[in-house]
Amino acid sequence: MRDYSLFIPEYIAAAAAIGIVAIELIWPRLRKDVLAYLTAAVALAWLGASLAYLGRAPKEFMGVLVVDEFTTYFRALAAGIVFVTCLLSAQYLRRRTREASEYYGLLLTAGAGMSLMAAARELLTAYLALELLSFSLYILVGFFRRDLKSNEASLKYVLLGGFASAMLLYGISILYGIAGDTTYAGVAEALAGRSSDTDVAAIAAFVLIIAGLGFKVSAVPFHTWAPDAYTGAPVPITAFLSTASKAAGFALILRLFTSAFHTDPAEWRWLVAVVAALTIVFGNLVAIQQTNFRRLIAYSSIGQVGYMLVPVAALGYGDADVAHAATAALLLHLTGYIISTLAAFAAFQAAYDRTADDTIPGLRGLAETQPFLAMVITISLFSFAGLPIFAGFATKLFMFQSAALPELMWLVGIAVAASFISLYYYLMVMRQMYLFDPPEGAARFRVQPALWAAAAALMLGVIFVGAYPQPLFDAADSAASALFEHAPAAQVRER
Amino acid sequence: MTLEEAQGYVLLATLATPLVTAAILVLIPSRYRMAHRYLSLAAGAVMLGLSVYVFAAYQVGHDPIQMTLRWPWVENVAFLGEKGVSLYLGVDGISALLTLLNGIVAFGGILVSWKIDYRPKDFFILYLLLLTGVYGTFFALDLFFFFFFYELAVVPLYLLIGVWGSTRKEYGALKLTLYLVAGSVLIWIGIFAVVREAGLGTFSLPALWEAGQSGALSPAFQKTFFPFFALGCGVLAGLWPFHTWSPDGHMSAPTAVSMVHAGVLMKLGAFGIIRLGIQILPQGAEFWMPTLLVLGTIGAVYGAVGALTQRDFKLISGYSSVSHMGYVLMGLGTLNAVAMTGAVLQMFSHGVMTALVFLLIGAIYDQAHTRDMKDFGGVAKVMPLWVIGYVIAGLANVGLPGLSGFTAEFHIFVGTFRSYPVFGALGIVAAAFAAAYMLRLFSIVFFGPLNPRWASLRDARPVEVISGGLLILSILAMGLYWAPFVERVSGTVLHLPGVAN
Repeated sequence: MRDYSLFIPEYIAAAAAIGIVAIELIWPRLRKDVLAYLTAAVALAWLGASLAYLGRAPKEFMGVLVVDEFTTYFRALAAGIVFVTCLLSAQYLRRRTREASEYYGLLLTAGAGMSLMAAARELLTAYLALELLSFSLYILVGFFRRDLKSNEASLKYVLLGGFASAMLLYGISILYGIAGDTTYAGVAEALAGRSSDTDVAAIAAFVLIIAGLGFKVSAVPFHTWAPDAYTGAPVPITAFLSTASKAAGFALILRLFTSAFHTDPAEWRWLVAVVAALTIVFGNLVAIQQTNFRRLIAYSSIGQVGYMLVPVAALGYGDADVAHAATAALLLHLTGYIISTLAAFAAFQAAYDRTADDTIPGLRGLAETQPFLAMVITISLFSFAGLPIFAGFATKLFMFQSAALPELMWLVGIAVAASFISLYYYLMVMRQMYLFDPPEGAARFRVQPALWAAAAALMLGVIFVGAYPQPLFDAADSAASALFEHAPAAQVRER
Repeated sequence: MTLEEAQGYVLLATLATPLVTAAILVLIPSRYRMAHRYLSLAAGAVMLGLSVYVFAAYQVGHDPIQMTLRWPWVENVAFLGEKGVSLYLGVDGISALLTLLNGIVAFGGILVSWKIDYRPKDFFILYLLLLTGVYGTFFALDLFFFFFFYELAVVPLYLLIGVWGSTRKEYGALKLTLYLVAGSVLIWIGIFAVVREAGLGTFSLPALWEAGQSGALSPAFQKTFFPFFALGCGVLAGLWPFHTWSPDGHMSAPTAVSMVHAGVLMKLGAFGIIRLGIQILPQGAEFWMPTLLVLGTIGAVYGAVGALTQRDFKLISGYSSVSHMGYVLMGLGTLNAVAMTGAVLQMFSHGVMTALVFLLIGAIYDQAHTRDMKDFGGVAKVMPLWVIGYVIAGLANVGLPGLSGFTAEFHIFVGTFRSYPVFGALGIVAAAFAAAYMLRLFSIVFFGPLNPRWASLRDARPVEVISGGLLILSILAMGLYWAPFVERVSGTVLHLPGVAN
């Protein structure tokens, strides 16, 4: 059925994206931070419109998109990320460019792409939504046209991204060859009933699709673009990349793997487990050697993606209850990770606006010059490392607990050991901030109010999720239920 | 409200006092230095009072777990069922005694931190967070919160030692943090396995204890996963050969942190072995305990010999701590009621004694800026009070009758002799070494000709006299009138699964 009222949040985002560009055309001399705050207001409207769908029965749009609690969860996340990114960008962009409207417009389209990735239940629709997000990001990463590093990052990202999209499409086409259908439900049914002479084709399709999606979430060995893109992009876009693009990737993965692929888990679960192990070990080990804060966060977020792939592997090894619990716990951890990352970047942005130095030693003595920012960065990093009372402890504990199947204990063990390694490099950042005196001539400075408020609110969020996870866990659980309540009845394939 | 419920709120108040105070300190600007100090001291006094109450009000001869309070926290979501995670507080005889220990040491630590001038606000916030973690671990009857608070106690240590420490502080802080977190990795894995295998959808410790004792956790499973808990917690307890962080960490740490760290935090490790190892996995414990006994005995002898070769006061006490924690692990390893009671008493005894020693070392280091005992001589002439305190702590360390160390070690040796005579004998050898290193220190530092360089040393200051007096009082109390201590602990130990009377 064509129910066009299902996409009001996306209409808001898209209309505002065009509107913002139009505003700058009409009033070219408008202060650029006004555009940022305008976009932030749009994000709030978008959030409100998304939440209006809560409590309604799930509705499909022509079998290719669905608006249920899962979609709502990611719409709200997307709106929240865009909101914070706008606050981070306001002064930063105002000082560096005279044309900012495309930047804010693209942020909105990227967010809409993320929502659609969560809503898609058909392979090509999912692909289109993913490309909407990716194209917006390619331009955003290279937004500073005259900055060589920004250009290099964007070029690398475009080339490798195009390659990954090709692999994904190839995988989709093979899958279509097996199933004769591109809807998730149709694929699930076909995979359940396929004969064993399609084994090779099925494995090829899964490998290609996992590779393509692995690129989008920067899983090892498809991660090579991430560190360069993170360092070359405008700082707020680094925050956006490490939150929105990963969240969107996992939105797509979760819906795809719990519906289309769940009838044939034996052919892909080992691959996900191996990619998860590689990503965890590699991301955390390479992070140790980094001297640039943004590169450090890039590798650390690669490690985090590895942790989040552990419950994805559990989707293939466990029964429906395990899969449900793993999905809910993954959503919880993903959200905690996003809040922690945005908190870290809000504080880092404020420090960067002052020092224009993104190396780790550049944070030297921050505890003296700006103790609040040092505290926020410390809390976010402790949250990444999984220490209480911060979000990372509770969310990681629940996520690994949900995935601790006998078959996956080895992977959980690797993940926990890697969080121990990660603590080492986070401590190295804290060492610079707390153990050393600031460089000569550095004085105490004030943080601009919008960033201060964002950092404080996100820090409280990190502590709240860590100390009392029930409300967020409930939301994540009901979002996860949406994937399982209306799952197709097809049985898991007999081998 | 029944008395039981009301007492549950006492535990909550004890736990909330340092946490709320820390939150208030965050909000007070750092220029109000005295406000930070007085508020922390007030919190310390409240904690001391509440801890004494918890110990005194614990009723001997009743159900071992008392003063329970349960608030649902996270439930009916994902794999968590009814009462999945709850803020479930309560004490048994063991944790009641350790609560008292924490109250005494924490108060003393805040008093001697009065003189900290470098960023006192941050120091007290982190210190209070550390105390919250310690109290929480003692009170938690929920595995989630047990580990939550256990880890919370580790979080502030890096900064506390790295910023306010002394000798090789960065190295000591990093080594200590990494060792402790490496231990936690094993505990994480153990928790995942146990909660999954029990399949109850809850983290409630009494429910998991029940599962472990009723056979819901198979013997093979228990044997596989007991080492995860025992080694993971053992790192914090200074288990040989994973003890090396302890002397280095103590050497680097500021006075108050050394006091809490050697005095209370290392006991969390031994406490964890009881709570997680013996109580959840009794059959695993039975299988592995002889190994723990051997490692504990090695630690006791090795630590004592190590202390004999050191010259830095703090290193001597650091190795002595390894030795004494070795006694604790030895006592636990026998799974014999007398020796285990002794082990728990030793946790308290070593806690107050070692806190006193670190307090006194801090007092002299602040003036002399050296801790090498060869630099000193004849200090008794200028610092009589200080020397008296040190002698009492040293003799308690050696196990002189009338002081707490005797009560504890006597129980351990008697119990160990009953089941493992050889190890009992080795323990006594270690005690002889303890006498040797203590008397060596006494003779070199306290007596002999006074080095004129130290003629201007001041004696212990009032804050040190008050907090030291409190610790000496505890040492004497346990040495002279041990009944209240012994009956609380032994009543609980007898209820532990697999413990022979």
